[in-house]
Amino acid sequence: MSDQTSVLDELPGDLMIWVLIVSELLVFGAGLLAFLGMRAMDPVGFAADQAQLNRVAGAANTIVLVTSGYCAARAVQSARHMRLWLTGAIVFGVVFLIVKWLEYAEKARLGIGIETSDFFTFYYLLTGFHALHVVAGLAIFGLLMRWHTPRNLEAGTAFWHMVDLIWILLFPIIYLVH
Amino acid sequence: MKYQTQKIAYWYFLAAMILFAVQVTGGLIAGWIYVSPNFLSELLPFNIVRMLHTNSLIVWLLLGFFGAAYFLVPEEAEREIYSPKLAYLQLIILLLGTAGVVVTYVFNLFEGNWLLGKEGREFIEQPVWVKLGILVAALIFLFNITMTVLQGRKTAITNVLLLGLWGLSLLWLFAFYNPANLALDKMFWWYIVHLWVEGTWELVMASILAYLLLKLTGVDREIIEKWLYIIVATALFSGILGTGHHYYWIGLPGYWQWIGSVFSSLEVIPFFAMMSFSFVMVWKGKRDHPNKAALLWALGAATVAFFGAGVWGFLHTLHGVNYYTHGTQITAAHGHLAFYGAYVAVNLAIFTYAFPILTNRDPYNQVLNMVSFWLMTGGMAFMTFVLTFAGTVQTHMQRVLGENFMDIQEGLNLFYLMRWGSGLCVVVGAILFIYAQLAPRKEIIASGTTESEGA
Repeated sequence: MSDQTSVLDELPGDLMIWVLIVSELLVFGAGLLAFLGMRAMDPVGFAADQAQLNRVAGAANTIVLVTSGYCAARAVQSARHMRLWLTGAIVFGVVFLIVKWLEYAEKARLGIGIETSDFFTFYYLLTGFHALHVVAGLAIFGLLMRWHTPRNLEAGTAFWHMVDLIWILLFPIIYLVH
Repeated sequence: MKYQTQKIAYWYFLAAMILFAVQVTGGLIAGWIYVSPNFLSELLPFNIVRMLHTNSLIVWLLLGFFGAAYFLVPEEAEREIYSPKLAYLQLIILLLGTAGVVVTYVFNLFEGNWLLGKEGREFIEQPVWVKLGILVAALIFLFNITMTVLQGRKTAITNVLLLGLWGLSLLWLFAFYNPANLALDKMFWWYIVHLWVEGTWELVMASILAYLLLKLTGVDREIIEKWLYIIVATALFSGILGTGHHYYWIGLPGYWQWIGSVFSSLEVIPFFAMMSFSFVMVWKGKRDHPNKAALLWALGAATVAFFGAGVWGFLHTLHGVNYYTHGTQITAAHGHLAFYGAYVAVNLAIFTYAFPILTNRDPYNQVLNMVSFWLMTGGMAFMTFVLTFAGTVQTHMQRVLGENFMDIQEGLNLFYLMRWGSGLCVVVGAILFIYAQLAPRKEIIASGTTESEGA
């Protein structure tokens, strides 16, 4: 039926990946709103906890993840160097996880955990969920190395950009904004 | 009836409707005990009535799902059920188990016996032998249906249905694991009924709804399937972690409050999608199907599920709210409308659609059937409002002002009386529904005349 070709059919990748992306944005959006709401109730406590975060690591990771996103976008465009760009995206993704791991290890050394305070509950939930999505994105890239149809590449990269986007929202709100 | 083995569904639906009658009768008795607490206190104590009410609900809904699978899988897979004998054996096992449960509960037989006596855990009180029977029946079912689907045409509807039924059967395995630690016990316990109603059962419901809309509206399968996949994706995305809204209260770490609140808030989405799906399909539909009652039930199921599970669930899912309302009549209000809308109504929809086909007739008793829909739905809606008000008063008096539980219960008597009245309405509706299915009469209104005149 011709009247059924809607904007949904023009989405790059697969409709289902967009359902997932919207769902993820809703979850992280709700999480960030809850974080801001809790911060409004305890600005002093949240500021004190925020001061303990490693902003340099967070900023470095922002650059790393955006670079990884750039590589993934190039992989979609360039059929010839697709694998090379995809490898680049994976390498930067792994670097992101290593930096994240070092941050968590530093916190653990200071005796800070998910139950330490409301601030750190949100810190671990939001960045932890995000890191799990980085792991999932890397797994998707692994699959793309083998099954790289244009449609699959678009879907996988759309997912990866979502992971990027969420980090770009998380980083200022959790690390920077007072 | 295109395939002979679809007839199996008739017996499943019949058994389901008998248990439906038992369930609502149990509800009526339990509702009266709220009004008059000493009613039947020696003969049939409240805790037993409640077990019968909840257990028979779950079993008849499952029988309905199994029946629905036996009814729609042959048409979708375009072949007969792999083994009708196994299907009937499965039904016999389930009915024996059910009879065993009722007798064991009512007469409290074999108290303390590990195999024969009832186990204490709420909702999974069934004796171990019955639990094993349910497992065997589920395995037979999975084998039978999977073999049928594997050898036939695979559609989105059967894929989703199978995913849901496999999921719910595997989750049943947690009924056999009972750790000594109470918090762990409760956690695994929630994996069963809660991952059913907020996960696997939603898949079953969505696929039955998709099948009904496909048949009733004549919309292209391709469009139906797209909707179905979106509903399934959002249901699983929100539902699995959404069950986390219980975890903090049963002893898990505090961060579960946030995971549960955020994800369970999104559980509104699949229910909203199911409602939109139903109405959009009817709106797009080209077919004027003669079974109007089935369409009413399908639309009613999607709508009431959205309100009962979606809206009334969201009402008290945020942990800041649930801190006060947990386990009050607010929970009862949500539970009743959600189960009715999502799972009772979708079952009654497929019964209404299937019975004329299974008995080789044109749709019959439609007016009576629709009257029963409005009686049951109206009764349930009123019950939900009454219990919501009762729960609000209870929450404030008991949880906020800190008054004594029993003093407040007495103050709620007027609400409980009204609840019983609305329950009576539901029972009358249920009886009319069963009568309308089992006693075919000539239609009061001739088909196709009223509509053309109205236009």
